[in-house]
Amino acid sequence: MSAKEQFTSDAMQYAPQLFSTALRMTRSRSDAEDLVQETYIKGWRSFHTFQEGTNLRAWLFRIMTNTYINKYNAQKRKGTEVELDDVEELFLYKRLGSIDQSQLSSSAEDQMLDLFTDDEVKNALESLPEDFRIPVLLSDVDGFSYKEIAEMLEIPIGTVMSRLHRGRKAMQKMLYEYARDRGLIVEPVTIEGTGE
Amino acid sequence: MPNCQETLKELELFLDSELPNAQIEEIMAHLTGCTDCQGAFEFHAELRTIVRVKAKRDHLPEGFTDRLLACFEPQPESE
Repeated sequence: MSAKEQFTSDAMQYAPQLFSTALRMTRSRSDAEDLVQETYIKGWRSFHTFQEGTNLRAWLFRIMTNTYINKYNAQKRKGTEVELDDVEELFLYKRLGSIDQSQLSSSAEDQMLDLFTDDEVKNALESLPEDFRIPVLLSDVDGFSYKEIAEMLEIPIGTVMSRLHRGRKAMQKMLYEYARDRGLIVEPVTIEGTGE
Repeated sequence: MPNCQETLKELELFLDSELPNAQIEEIMAHLTGCTDCQGAFEFHAELRTIVRVKAKRDHLPEGFTDRLLACFEPQPESE
């Protein structure tokens, strides 16, 4: 197998992962297709700079993240920071973790897996502001380390950690609201005067 | 051994595999004896799995693989 064939087959195995993340990044099918295509074009053009032993997957994700930020992200250019509402620690766990069987509708059972649909998880991710969405995607969906994410986004590790923390809490709040709106969770009713 | 508050503070780093081994052992020791914290860790570990699995179920569009394979064709020399 030639070096080109080897690189092509190694790189192509990551196409589905790159496409899923591109969809969550761009929130558009056609933009996601263009983004992945551009990633492979750039990757192949700079193949000569690729060092044997480098993590190809991280290398491709880095190209894609940089391409996305440069092409689609107006925020970075404007230098504006989007803030997120502060969400209570362990937001979802406090509401679902000790949930009583009777509080869940029968169709949901007690499985969290059944509580959220694929679309709800995707929507929750996609509705995060970009500064938070990209670190959460790269960590929670693609499993990159803080160091790898810091390098891809060219931000300090501490910033990666705080964005992950706040982004994840905001996502938990959205997931909770989806489940509640579908009537899968009955909000605890607080009745005054029955405290004792 | 860390107390509950100290243990929960490290929950994210623990699940992100970003803690040094010594600290992982301390947390594991706490979790073994504390069902409350164990519940919180298990809940968040499960939530991570759900997000990872459900956010990845996208099919490549038809013909997209061919479009990508074309990216590896030698670029025509610029005139």
